[in-house]
Amino acid sequence: MGTLSENKKAALLSVLILVIGCLIWEASIPAQKVAEELTEYELLTGGGQPKAGVPPPSQVLAKAWEQLSDPFYNAGPNDKGIGIQIAYSIYRVLTGYLLAALIAIPLGFLIGMSSIAYKALNPFIQVLRPISPLAWMPLALFVIQDSEASAIFVIFICSIWPMLINTAFGVAGVREDWVNVARTHELSALKTAFTVILPAAAPTIVTGMRISIGIAWLVIVAAEMLVGGTGIGYYVWNEWNNLDLTSVIFSILMIGVVGMLLDSLFGLLQRAVAYAE
Amino acid sequence: MGSSFLSVERLTQRYSDGKGGEFTVFENASFGINKGEFVCILGHSGCGKSTIMNILAGLAEPTAGVVKMDGIAVSGPSLDRGVVFQNYSLLPWLSALKNVTFGVAARFPDWTKSQVIEHSTEFLAKVGLTGDAIHRKPSQLSGGMRQRVSIARAFANEPKLLLLDEPFGALDALTRGTIQDELTKVWSGTDQTVFMITHDIDEAILLADRILLMTNGPLARVAESVEITIPRPRDRTAIVEHPNYYAIRNHLVQFLGNRSAKLAGRDTAGETQSPETVRIETTEAADDPDEGPHLRAVQA
Repeated sequence: MGTLSENKKAALLSVLILVIGCLIWEASIPAQKVAEELTEYELLTGGGQPKAGVPPPSQVLAKAWEQLSDPFYNAGPNDKGIGIQIAYSIYRVLTGYLLAALIAIPLGFLIGMSSIAYKALNPFIQVLRPISPLAWMPLALFVIQDSEASAIFVIFICSIWPMLINTAFGVAGVREDWVNVARTHELSALKTAFTVILPAAAPTIVTGMRISIGIAWLVIVAAEMLVGGTGIGYYVWNEWNNLDLTSVIFSILMIGVVGMLLDSLFGLLQRAVAYAE
Repeated sequence: MGSSFLSVERLTQRYSDGKGGEFTVFENASFGINKGEFVCILGHSGCGKSTIMNILAGLAEPTAGVVKMDGIAVSGPSLDRGVVFQNYSLLPWLSALKNVTFGVAARFPDWTKSQVIEHSTEFLAKVGLTGDAIHRKPSQLSGGMRQRVSIARAFANEPKLLLLDEPFGALDALTRGTIQDELTKVWSGTDQTVFMITHDIDEAILLADRILLMTNGPLARVAESVEITIPRPRDRTAIVEHPNYYAIRNHLVQFLGNRSAKLAGRDTAGETQSPETVRIETTEAADDPDEGPHLRAVQA
């Protein structure tokens, strides 16, 4: 053990925690009574039916294997593969998110460059930012009259703020020396923005983008529970209505895994634009 | 004065003091710099040296007065006036080479990429940066190396006027010496006009053709212009043996120690403030042999 690196030790410990956790979980689930042990009365009142309960990890694992081995099957509106559901969610998240980025980053640039624009827009941002994105849902449904587009709008509205604020903050905080370098080299305003201010503010901007994608992924689950039809959020709620807790737990795990992947994608981007002073 | 390559005419800088009044940094300051000349400006902190430099660079606007280069008034920053900032001001996300090519590409937009890289590499080599080091980011370079990159960036642009704002202020004495030598080396091959701020008397004597002395602020003025009558090329160990060295050095020390405070704070009464020329020559081979060795004192 002494020769293992710290990372390997940590990995081993993680596996150990997982195994012990699953064992405790497995052991804590009360066994279903087998039909032979039941009295006739119990059988008559339906006691022989499997009771709904929290499933043991072995069942969840079996479910995961079943689902992941055919993630894209489509057997009608209420029975689609987990891959299709996740793809719907990611499509909504990315659409709303990219629309937000398209507006937030240029607008953030403007706010960061001009203290007048900052002061003028700040009150609006401060009021709109703390609104729960789901609070927009009724208004969005009424105005847009389309549940699909409303879900995208909710993603848009929740992911715009961190990007807007971080872009403005990053741009406003660009060191004056670097701007002076651009000025003494007679760079045009556009060239200064792209070759000096953007790379200088990029770490802050990408941090905002990373926060936004995290929030967007949190919100999509709730939004899809409301709008229904497709998506991982709808899937969770649908399986709850089916009282299929194995699927519920499985999809909860999938939400976590996809969220982690999205976040680490932005982690990579963050590392790519980082610089040391 | 009007015939100088760079002429500073009746430059005045005032700031509001925040209480409704005004604070005058300097008033009606006037001086000139000839083409190819290396001029240092010496003065205590707060006398407005950096303000003058920022005005020359076009990064700041004076309250009144003009700066003319080649007879044309300066307005705004320009590639004709290169600046080496005290804190290097390298872009930290670019490698040393890219920091230089960034400037060269802006200066010579018609050049091909390979021309730009070749030119930049050449100037980095002139300040002693070669091989792997030029591909490192500024954060991976020492302070001395960063300032070398900054100097290479400025010289590679071949500006008409090069402004150096205390370029060696943040460096240790040994590194400072090496880079001073490199600066002299790069400069002596050109007819580059240089204007440099410094706090260091020895550095000024080693590098400059002429030293402008500034009194303390507020109401500072460029009081004297001291010619450095020590022939080039100068070597830091040899110049101290030169008969003029200590005479000049003492003159400068006296100025910074006494006269800079005494001459400060006087209202200019609207008059143009030009520095008094001081020429210290103690050798037998003086310009005018009839006068013999002389030491011209300056009236305070």
